[in-house]
Amino acid sequence: MAFLEVKGIFKDFGKTKVLKGIDFELEKGEVLAVIGSSGSGKTTFLRCLNFLETPDKGQIVVNGETLFDSSEPPYSDREKREKRLHFGLVFQSFNLFPQMNVLQNVSLAPKLHETSGRKLTKQEKGNVFKTIEDNAMQLIDMVGLADKAKNYPCQLSGGQQQRVAIARALALKPDILCFDEPTSALDPELTGEVLRVIRELKSSDRTMIVVTHEMNFARGVADKVIFMADGVIEEMGTPDEVFGNPKSEKTKGFLEKSLGD
Amino acid sequence: MGFWEVTKQLADGFSVTLLIFGVTLLCSLPLGLVITFGSMSKWKPLKWLTKTFVWIIRGTPLMLQIILIFYGPGLLFKMNALPRMTAVLIAFIINYSCYFSEIYRGGIESISKGQYEAGQVLGMTKSQIFFRIILFQVIKRIVPPMGNEIITLVKDTSLARVIAVAELVKAAENIVSMRSIIWPLFYVGAFYLAFSAVLTLVLGQVEKKMNYFN
Repeated sequence: MAFLEVKGIFKDFGKTKVLKGIDFELEKGEVLAVIGSSGSGKTTFLRCLNFLETPDKGQIVVNGETLFDSSEPPYSDREKREKRLHFGLVFQSFNLFPQMNVLQNVSLAPKLHETSGRKLTKQEKGNVFKTIEDNAMQLIDMVGLADKAKNYPCQLSGGQQQRVAIARALALKPDILCFDEPTSALDPELTGEVLRVIRELKSSDRTMIVVTHEMNFARGVADKVIFMADGVIEEMGTPDEVFGNPKSEKTKGFLEKSLGD
Repeated sequence: MGFWEVTKQLADGFSVTLLIFGVTLLCSLPLGLVITFGSMSKWKPLKWLTKTFVWIIRGTPLMLQIILIFYGPGLLFKMNALPRMTAVLIAFIINYSCYFSEIYRGGIESISKGQYEAGQVLGMTKSQIFFRIILFQVIKRIVPPMGNEIITLVKDTSLARVIAVAELVKAAENIVSMRSIIWPLFYVGAFYLAFSAVLTLVLGQVEKKMNYFN
């Protein structure tokens, strides 16, 4: 049984059918790159995994635990919150909390999770927060921003902000980390630093799903590539298969256009 | 009647003005947020009820509302009239809550969806997202329009005199009619100016305090 199993995901927005049956599996520690033109449904698919959208049909299973099954009654907010923590999401536009510094951005959610519904003395709370902040600092250091921990997002470059966003997502120890076009909002000279962090994460055996327009990155880093078109998986395989020897005409056309210039 | 005597009498009126101002502000700031939640509710009946209420309050003169709250219960239901000050405060609090609620709504709607989604994927509850992430950003954005409204409130307090509450302008009018001198009426302008100057400085400081992020 694979680490992540996605079965028959369908999603409509009104009359527009955005996802028309997405099926795939991913092993632990694998990196999946999802490519495809705008409107092919790749972002919607990622949002379904993170419970930002609810699929109309389908199943999502992580590590044997069914997180989503359309045949079950709708989940309560609480269930959703617990289930979505299996996934982390890094947004295209970072979405850092502007009024909080880097350390606060990374440690806010863990602090809320560790203290909600628990009666803690001031001392216990202090200890819990200390542990969380130490862990947050490690993550901030890992993305190379230890000296910026007290800075606010508006004082950081886009690339630095995205690295903070990655640390923030990692702070909740997700099973699978998702990236929604993590470098699309960045100046070209800043994409490298973000991609480098993602590469480092791969070497520490993190399971990741990266929706991206960076073809060279997808080819170099991914273990598996999915090409999406019109709401379906048009082609799936190793980078060498998809990039080197695409079978579908649509894939060929897309790659020609993407790599052509 | 000498300058100091007039000043002393006007100061009494000014303390009433300050009381109306302070109580209205203190109560309307949180009450406005409650009304905002109503007008942004996903439950349609509540949303439309709130919106209609806000429309009525914003669409009629505050002076009329003061008169209605003071005389209305007696005329309609043969009830005893409220104390004058109470009637004034109720009218002001309701009126300003409605204006504030619309400013809050504008502020809340100006926060990008991404902020909510970032909170959601981090497993936060709706109230955690609102109170930990959204609210402070809203406050920063609404300080300028709120400053406008708060300074308007300073001057609106003079409407309390329609039901004979002796606020600043009424105090001056009393002097004018009893002593047949007109200048105290102009002198009250200095009180309003001084007060709004203080508020302008305070509001400027608040804006400056929140300049560290955008």
